[in-house]
Amino acid sequence: MEKWYLMTAVVLLGLTVRWTVSLNSYSGAGKPPMFGDYEAQRHWQEITFNLPIKQWYFNSSDNNLQYWGLDYPPLTAYHSLLCAYVAQFINPDWIALHSSRGYESQAHKLFMRATVLIADLLIYIPAVVLHCCCLKEISTKKKIANALCILLYPGLILIDYGHFQIMYNSVSLGLALWGVLGVSCDWDLLGSLAFCLAVNYKQMELYHSLPFFCFLLGKCFKKGLKGKGFVLFVKLAGTVVASFTLCWLPFFTERAQALQVLRRLFPVDRGLFEDKVANIWCSVSVFLKIKDILPHHVQIIVSFCLTLLSLLPACVKLTLQPSPKGFRFTLVSCALSFFLFSFQVHEKSILLVSLPVCLVLSEIPFMSTWFLLVSTFSMLPLLLKDDLLMPSVVTTMAFFIACATSFSIFEKTSEEELRLKSFSVSVRKHLPRFTFLPRIIQHLFIISVITMVLLTLMTVTLDPPQKLPDLFSVLVSSVSCLNFLFFLVYFNIIVMWDSKDGRNQKKIH
Amino acid sequence: MRIKWVECAALSVMAALSVMTGGGSWFLALALGVTLLKCLLIPTYHSTDFEVHRNWLAITHSLPISQWYYEATSEWTLDYPPFFAWFEYALSHVAKYFDQEMLNVHNLNYSSSRTLLFQRFSVIFTDALFVYAVHECCKCVDGKKACKELTEKPKFILSVLLLWNFGLLIVDHIHFQYNGFLFGLMLLSIARLFQKRHMEGAFLFAVLLHFKHIYLYVAPAYGIYLLRSYCFTANKPDGSIRWNSFSFVRLISLGLTVFLVSALSLGPFLALNQLPQVFSRLFPFKRGLCHAYWAPNFWAVYNALDKVLSVIGLNDKWFGSAVPTHSPSLGDSLGHPHLHPDCHIGPRGFLRCLILCALSSFMFGWHVHEKAILLAILPMSLLSVGKAGDASIFLILSTTGHYSLFPLLFTAPELPIKILLMLLFTIYSISSLKTLFRKEKPLFNWMETFYLLGLGPLEVFCEFVFPFTSWKLKYPFIPLLLTSVYCAVGITYAWFKLYVSVFTDPPVGKTKKQ
Repeated sequence: MEKWYLMTAVVLLGLTVRWTVSLNSYSGAGKPPMFGDYEAQRHWQEITFNLPIKQWYFNSSDNNLQYWGLDYPPLTAYHSLLCAYVAQFINPDWIALHSSRGYESQAHKLFMRATVLIADLLIYIPAVVLHCCCLKEISTKKKIANALCILLYPGLILIDYGHFQIMYNSVSLGLALWGVLGVSCDWDLLGSLAFCLAVNYKQMELYHSLPFFCFLLGKCFKKGLKGKGFVLFVKLAGTVVASFTLCWLPFFTERAQALQVLRRLFPVDRGLFEDKVANIWCSVSVFLKIKDILPHHVQIIVSFCLTLLSLLPACVKLTLQPSPKGFRFTLVSCALSFFLFSFQVHEKSILLVSLPVCLVLSEIPFMSTWFLLVSTFSMLPLLLKDDLLMPSVVTTMAFFIACATSFSIFEKTSEEELRLKSFSVSVRKHLPRFTFLPRIIQHLFIISVITMVLLTLMTVTLDPPQKLPDLFSVLVSSVSCLNFLFFLVYFNIIVMWDSKDGRNQKKIH
Repeated sequence: MRIKWVECAALSVMAALSVMTGGGSWFLALALGVTLLKCLLIPTYHSTDFEVHRNWLAITHSLPISQWYYEATSEWTLDYPPFFAWFEYALSHVAKYFDQEMLNVHNLNYSSSRTLLFQRFSVIFTDALFVYAVHECCKCVDGKKACKELTEKPKFILSVLLLWNFGLLIVDHIHFQYNGFLFGLMLLSIARLFQKRHMEGAFLFAVLLHFKHIYLYVAPAYGIYLLRSYCFTANKPDGSIRWNSFSFVRLISLGLTVFLVSALSLGPFLALNQLPQVFSRLFPFKRGLCHAYWAPNFWAVYNALDKVLSVIGLNDKWFGSAVPTHSPSLGDSLGHPHLHPDCHIGPRGFLRCLILCALSSFMFGWHVHEKAILLAILPMSLLSVGKAGDASIFLILSTTGHYSLFPLLFTAPELPIKILLMLLFTIYSISSLKTLFRKEKPLFNWMETFYLLGLGPLEVFCEFVFPFTSWKLKYPFIPLLLTSVYCAVGITYAWFKLYVSVFTDPPVGKTKKQ
């Protein structure tokens, strides 16, 4: 592409920001005895390197599952093994069985950070660049600006490179992104392969699985169930089965193995939620202690039903009218439904919603920027716990400036630009004076931003009252939850009322 | 984590500014973007210069003026002119709200987290002057190549080259120095001279000299240009001097400006009879010819040759020790190019001579620090967006100059930062200038391309291969030596090309109006 040098500059800038965020000083020793996610990743390298595969997911004297037992699918374990080989080459003490527990040193920290950066560089960043280059009907400059905004998204940077964290969200999200790119460009087999790998890396990617399934199913229907469509369906099923088999091969030898892994991946006995997370259950439990009222199995059923109900319309629509644009928006609404209503949701799972929103950044810049700001805000208590106030504020401001300058978001708030035209037209058939929707949205945006800024200031400067020590986290998660509900409605409206625009597209992939 | 209201205020100011960029001003977006990057660099490695400035804060805050240039509790004594001391004094009044303890002269090497935050923020904040100066310089760049595309406008490219300059970022915001606002003063005075506001330009430069006397290197360029273009008020039609248009009034007013500024700065010390002490602090000739890290100049090559010869066994003594006796004069005389009256027509000629002064002084000067290369690189950026020939010289100078700064950051966590930022700046500068001048002949010939590409393998060898070889124990200085010599070649080449271009380019007065 022309102006490749600007795209290279953007990538280098993204890498620099990631590395500088990861540099935040190590505040003395970690927090024994459990340390944090950082220690978990180091421990997994230790386990996968020193123990045979059959013992990875089982409790034993060498592998105490209570101390950061492996609870991600096999691909994460293989990745840890790969990193462990490199660690062995540099300094075996880092992964020595038992004796390396709680190991902390400058060199080790650099090594761990480097593994995250390399994984990012190899998987996530090329996917983002390719996505931006493949965007249609926008100028090169806008493509590069789009890439800049996506790469500067604070949430992913802060979680993956944060103080006590070593997470490889960029790997699973990157693989999912390759999947999206593949199926959008009609390379269905490769796309589904990439997505299966993503699911086998982190099981939370299942949030995205329904839209993938519906989109591909819709494509099969379109091609005709008797002819090409059936062939495609068989091929896809074959790809999925093959990739799962390949990843789980060592665990298929015994039934107990596979079951144990599943038990570690889906801890259904943990309860509806832990900690303060910005979803419905946590927010409602402020007033109504659901955990105590409803018995355990009823909780699971209720959450399952609500999740299904909220995502069904969009998925059905996608199956009947598959289009790449509809696919992206359905990804957003499905992931958001899962986040809001599902079981055992962690704050970090908002990243699964943020990724599809980044993909639609070029189409609805104003709402996407708003959503991404809220998603970063919703993780505030987690970020503050990790001493990440300065990087959070700086990256959020950088992201906001990048979006504001690239897309001139404050000028793009008409009905047309918010994709609400068809919806407003339909409503105006019954209520002729319904013209004030953009204004409402603008006011809501201002209120939302002011609330977020105020809450941030309060959380960092004031101490919570004695009787309510969790006051600020609860406020943050409740405010975020309200915002997310609004977005759920908004994205569902776009998906459902997009039919008229969908038919006018020149090509439907 | 509880933070204080001062930090809230700082962040709120930035937030307000970031909201303003919603209006779409690209300059503000670039300036804020680099400021945010500087905030992310706060926890990086800092050199002893951090302690130097903390010490100066303590000295100016806790002691009376009469003791400022005598205080020697710490080894980092005050060796900048008085205006800088007053600047530290002003800062110290803000510092006391962050951490009172840093202002104690006896707290050597005190670096609490609040001290670090304050010092870093002070550098970031004073860079506002640099941003303003860049804004003024952009006005002086003519946009005659009318491009609708923003990223191809000379103004845009110049803003990025100056605001995001790699050398300034790592010297100021990692290594720790206050070059930002000083270069802001210099660029502002250059901009004022471009805008024909000569008195302001002279005033700003005089003030700058009393902040940091290293700018004496370029004083001759100012002196000759102001004499030539301001005191001689008219030119003959062919561009040469009209000798009878000399204006004594202007000369006197210039002299008075300089005198008043100097009086303000040195007056108190004159009254206290401390001038000799002040000068001995400012010009410590007892230090050696070369700094600890060899600046990639002529003396580095000289020393390297000497070292090689001595290792081989051809020399018994270290010639470097024989040189100090007469080197100051040698440095000075070689440092100033022959100042041809005609080569000063117009501000562009002045800028060229300023850069040549800075570069010559870097090449042959006394106890040159490698950071002094910035003195040549930053003004050169202004010329680089004007002509293809200047762009080529600028790229060679800036790439090798920036690479020569690598040994300043020798810690492992900063390695990716310096490599990424260097790649960012180099790729952007080369590609954008190539795009700007794509209609003219290519910027580099094959020799220059090879040389620049050679920096990559050199870096790989020095940082990744050498530390694991057996030579590391016997000859630990080899990476430094290689870096200095390799860069010296490039910088000498750029200096030579610039020298030639000063004398071979047609006098500007004949071509067009400024």
